[in-house]
Amino acid sequence: MAIDMEQFKATYIEESLEGLDNMESNLLNLAPGSKDEDAINTIFRAAHSIKGGGATFGFADISQFTHVVETLLDQIRNGQREITQQAIDLFLQSVDCLREMLAAAQNNSQADEMRIADLKSQLDALLASDGASSPLNEAVAVAAVESTADPQAKTSEWKIHFKPFPNMLATGNDVVRMFRELEELGEFQATVNFADLPALSDMGVEDSYLGWEASLKGECTLEQIKDIFVWVEDECELEITATTVNGIKEAQAAVTDENSGKCADQHHETPIATTTSSAPIAKPSVQPDNKIKDKTERRSGAESSSIRVDIEKIDSLINMVGELVITQSMLSQFGEDFALENLEKLRDGLGQLERNTRELQESVMRIRMIPISFAFNRFPRMIHDLCNKFGKKVQLKLSGESTELDKTVMEKIGDPLVHLVRNAMDHGIETPEVRVAAGKPHTGTLHLNAFHQGGNIVIEISDDGAGINAEKILKKAIERGLVEEGAELPQAKIYDLLFQPGFSTADKITDVSGRGVGMDVVRKNIQALGGTVDVQSTLGKGSTFTVRLPLTLAILDGQLVRVGDHTYIIPLVSIVESLQVHKKNVNAIAGKAELYKLRDEYLPIIRLYEAFNISPDSTSLENGLLVVVEGEGQKAGLLVDDLLAQQQVVIKSLETNFRRVDGLSGATILGDGTVALILDVAGVIRVSQGRFNSHHDSINADGVAA
Amino acid sequence: MELAQQLEDNIQIGAQADDNSQQLLTFILAGEEYGVDILRVQEIKGWDSVTPIPNTPKHILGVINLRGTIVPIIDLRLRFNLETIPYGPTTVVIMLKVESEDRSRTMGIVVDGVSDVYNLAQDAMKPPPDFGSVISVDFVKGLATVGEQMVIVLEIDHMLNSGELAMVEKAQTR
Repeated sequence: MAIDMEQFKATYIEESLEGLDNMESNLLNLAPGSKDEDAINTIFRAAHSIKGGGATFGFADISQFTHVVETLLDQIRNGQREITQQAIDLFLQSVDCLREMLAAAQNNSQADEMRIADLKSQLDALLASDGASSPLNEAVAVAAVESTADPQAKTSEWKIHFKPFPNMLATGNDVVRMFRELEELGEFQATVNFADLPALSDMGVEDSYLGWEASLKGECTLEQIKDIFVWVEDECELEITATTVNGIKEAQAAVTDENSGKCADQHHETPIATTTSSAPIAKPSVQPDNKIKDKTERRSGAESSSIRVDIEKIDSLINMVGELVITQSMLSQFGEDFALENLEKLRDGLGQLERNTRELQESVMRIRMIPISFAFNRFPRMIHDLCNKFGKKVQLKLSGESTELDKTVMEKIGDPLVHLVRNAMDHGIETPEVRVAAGKPHTGTLHLNAFHQGGNIVIEISDDGAGINAEKILKKAIERGLVEEGAELPQAKIYDLLFQPGFSTADKITDVSGRGVGMDVVRKNIQALGGTVDVQSTLGKGSTFTVRLPLTLAILDGQLVRVGDHTYIIPLVSIVESLQVHKKNVNAIAGKAELYKLRDEYLPIIRLYEAFNISPDSTSLENGLLVVVEGEGQKAGLLVDDLLAQQQVVIKSLETNFRRVDGLSGATILGDGTVALILDVAGVIRVSQGRFNSHHDSINADGVAA
Repeated sequence: MELAQQLEDNIQIGAQADDNSQQLLTFILAGEEYGVDILRVQEIKGWDSVTPIPNTPKHILGVINLRGTIVPIIDLRLRFNLETIPYGPTTVVIMLKVESEDRSRTMGIVVDGVSDVYNLAQDAMKPPPDFGSVISVDFVKGLATVGEQMVIVLEIDHMLNSGELAMVEKAQTR
C-alpha cells in the first residue's frame, strides 16, 4: 500500500508550527511563579504532540529535543518545580529552536546543530539543578537515584510488559504494527496473557483484553523502545525492564498512565544523559552561511502555497453556490417555454442571479482575506525579548487585530512592520530611568493599531518615547552631504530623510538597529505594495509611523459619477452625502476659492473638471451635483455633472504597467469592458489644493512634455 | 493581403535566421519607417477608444483594458512632437514589453501602420549620428539599411521609461 508520507509530514509540520505558536503565546502570558494550570497544560500538550509526531514521522532530533522540554514541563505541571523566568526564557528559546528544526525538516536541510545541542544541555542543566522547591522534590530525588538509567545506553536484552487498556484499539493503534517495529530492533518474542479475557457473552467486539510479556534481544536503547509506544503511553500499562545491562547498572522504567512522564523523565537527570544526548555536536555543519540563506529562500516559497480558511467562510461559500444553482435552474425553466407574461419573473430571476453572483464574489474574495493578527502575533514575543535585551519596560497594546487584509499583502508587510517596531523599541522608547527623569511613566507604551480607511488598510505604530529630533537629522544629513548647508526644510521633508539609504541617527549601532539599512528598505517594500509610510513625531512625546496599504484584489463599493464624457468612481465609503447646489450657500474667497456652506460647515468646492482638466457638460454650479466627500480627515465638495449607478468594482492597479497618478487610487473595468478610473478622495483634495496654492507649479507640471 | 503575404514570407525567413541576426518589426510614422525588436512585441491590435488619465502629458492617451489588466497607450506622433493626423483604418496599437529597472511593463504605442518584418544581421546596424541638441538620440538604438530604405531602430526601454512614464516618481511634496 503506497501512502504518501510526505503529505502527512507536511501536515505534521503545519500542526506543530501551530502548536508552537500556541506554546509561545501561553509562555508569554506566564509570569514567574504563577500557577496557571490551563496555560501549563496547553503548553505541555503542544510539546507532547510535537514529540509524538516527531517520533512517528522519523524526526528523531525533534522528538528527542522536545522530550527534554516536555520533561521539564511535566515537573512544572506536577508542581515539582517552580516557574522561573529562566525556565520561561529557556522554553521560548526552545520554541524558536523547534521552529528552526521544523523548517529544516520541511526543506530537508540541516538545522543548526550547535544551537540545538547548546540549548539542550542548558535544559538538561536546569533539569539536573535543584530547581524544585515543592515537597515532592525529595521523592523525585529518591526516584532519580533509584533509576539512574540512561535512556541512550544500549542494552542487549529487554523485558516488556505491555497491557493495553480495553479502548486502545479504538484510537487506531495497532498492536501488530508496534510489534513489527519491535522486531526490527532485534530478536523479539512475545507471550500473550489471556488472564483478563472475559466470557464470550461479556466481550465487547472492539475492546482489547489481552496483555503481552515480551522479550527483546538486540542492541537498542530504552528510548528507541519507548518511541514505538509513544502514541499509546496513556492508554496502556507499559513496563520496560532491561534484563542484561552493558556498562551501567540496571535500568528500570515503569511507565503507567498516572505517572507516565514523571518516572520516564528522571532518566535525564543523570549527567550521563547530558553527555550522550549532546553527541550531535560532533557532526560538522558545512557552510552555515549558504545553508541559512538557502533555508530562508525556500521557506518563503512554501509560505504562499497554502492558506488556512475559517470553516465558516467555506460554509457560506457552499450556501451561496447552492443558491446560485437554484437560481440557475429557475432561469433555465423560463428559457424552455417562454411567454411574454413571464417577463416580470425573468427580471426578478436575473436580479437574484446578480445578487448571488455578487455575494459569491464577495465570499471568494473574503477567503483570501486574513485578520492582521497573523502579522501582529509575533510582536508580543519580540517585545518581550527586546525588553530583556535593552533593559526597557514596554507595554504592548494591540488594537484592530481583526482587520482583514489580503494574504499576499500580509506576507509582505510582516518584515517592514518588524523593522518599524524594532526601531520604536530601540530609538523611540527610552530606558526606565530616562523616562522617569522626563516625568513619564516608568513603562513605555507601544501601540499597534490597524483599521480600514477607504480602500486602504492603515497600520499605525506609535510609541510614547523620545520622538524624532528633527534638528539632529538635519545636522546628520548636512554632514553626509544629503542636504546643502543652511537649507531650510519643512518638518515632513526632514522626516523623509529617515528613509534615505544609509541614513541613521542612532548614536550607537546596536545589533537591532542603527546601521541605517532598513528604513529605506521598509519604504521600498511598502511602496512595492502600492502603499505609503508617513511619520509624525513630537519631540519628547513620541512618534507615530503610519503605513497605508491598498487592499489589492479587494472589491470596492463605488458610486459612478459622470463629468462630461468621462466616468469616474468614487469609493462609497468616502462619500458623506450628495446634494444639489443652492447658489445662496456658495461663497468665494478672493473670487477664487469657492466654499459651500453646508449646515454649519464650510466645505471647499472642487470642480472635478478643473482638477482633471477635462470638459464638463456645464461649468455652472447649479447644473451639477455636489458630492460631499471625506478623505484623511478633510471634507470637500466634488462638483460632478451627474450621478450614475452604484456598483461594486474590482480594483485594478494602474501601477502594474503605468505609475501612480495623484488623485487616482486605481482603475476598474466596467460591464462594457471599458476602463473607469477610481478617485482617491484625499489625493484629489491634495491635487486641487496644490493647484490652488501654487498656480504656476501646476502649469509647469502640465507643460512638461516629452 | 499582399502585406500579410510578405510578412509571412519574412517570418519564414526569420525562422531560419542564425543567432547573430535580430528580427525587427517595422512601422510607419509620418512617412518614416521605424523598427522595434520583434521579441518585445506582444500583440498588434486595432485602434479603440481609451480612458484618458487626468493630469498626464498629452502623448499619454490613456489606458485600455487588455484582458483584465490596465495598459497605458502612448501616441508616438505626439511623443515625437509630430503633427497629428486623424486615426484611420491602418492605425494600430502595438503592445510592447518594456523593461524597467526591476520589472517589465506592458505599454501600447499608436502608430500610423505596421510595415514589415526584417531580419537584421548584428553588424548591419549603424550607430546614430550625433544630432547635437536638435534631437535626442537616446531613443534611437541605431540605423539599419534594408534595401534602399533606412529604418530607425528604436530603443524602447529608454523611450518609454523617461519623463512622465518613469517608474520613479518625483519626490512627493506634501
